[in-house]
Amino acid sequence: MDTSIKILIVDDFATMRRILKNILKQLGFKNLVEADDGTTAWEVLEGQGIDLVISDWNMPKMTGLELLKKVRASDTYKTVPFLMVTAEAQKQNVIEAVQAGVSNYVVKPFTAEAISDKLEKILK
Amino acid sequence: MDVKLVNPFINATINVLETMAFMNVNAGKPYLKMDSMAVGDVSGLLGLTGIANGTIAVTFEEKCILTIVSNMFGETMSELNDEIGDAVGELTNMISGQARRELEGMGKVFKAAIPSVITGKNHSIVHYSEGPKIAIPFNTDDGDFTIEVCFE
Repeated sequence: MDTSIKILIVDDFATMRRILKNILKQLGFKNLVEADDGTTAWEVLEGQGIDLVISDWNMPKMTGLELLKKVRASDTYKTVPFLMVTAEAQKQNVIEAVQAGVSNYVVKPFTAEAISDKLEKILK
Repeated sequence: MDVKLVNPFINATINVLETMAFMNVNAGKPYLKMDSMAVGDVSGLLGLTGIANGTIAVTFEEKCILTIVSNMFGETMSELNDEIGDAVGELTNMISGQARRELEGMGKVFKAAIPSVITGKNHSIVHYSEGPKIAIPFNTDDGDFTIEVCFE
């Protein structure tokens, strides 16, 4: 995996951003930025060169699904890999995310190995 | 209240704590809780809507939640603060998500609201519905916590 890429972590809970940052740092990723909702994430995406988005689903202002749809509808960012990390694990959620173009999906709670496996699949 | 709604929350609680905080968690005997006084020092509360409306609450003793969050972060947490409150909200969210996944397998679909967190000794937990409150105590090597499930 190319660990020099810039990863945007989006979650309204600072706890989850911190856990994901710890895991990503352990995997060798150093170029990490954060946002606490979809709206802020979109601003970060437009302002910086982001190579991968890791996003929660349920967030205020703009949900992870809405962010994903906006990314996929954008000429500039539509190919950016998008990993959904969410507690929303019902079938309909997964179907909606796949239809919207999610690159992969991790259900909370998760292990560091689960994140690593999904990233390897996305970034290979 | 359908008692079949309770087991998925017990299973989800054990799974979330074991996976995210590497804790061995043992469930005690469920009981009917008659008052609104929280058993713990910090609580997460989350509303659910679907085939029935209700709430779940997760309330932690201080020592227990400090150990849980220390394990989640990989660093020692020594006081109840905003970081602990945020972690309780996320734990409540994950327990809800896991339980709703199991409930969906039973044909019972629920949607969840965003959790709220209450901190402080002797606080109250006010459930949104008027149904019976089923409390399930859990113990760990580092203190106890309780979940409350209340559906109309």
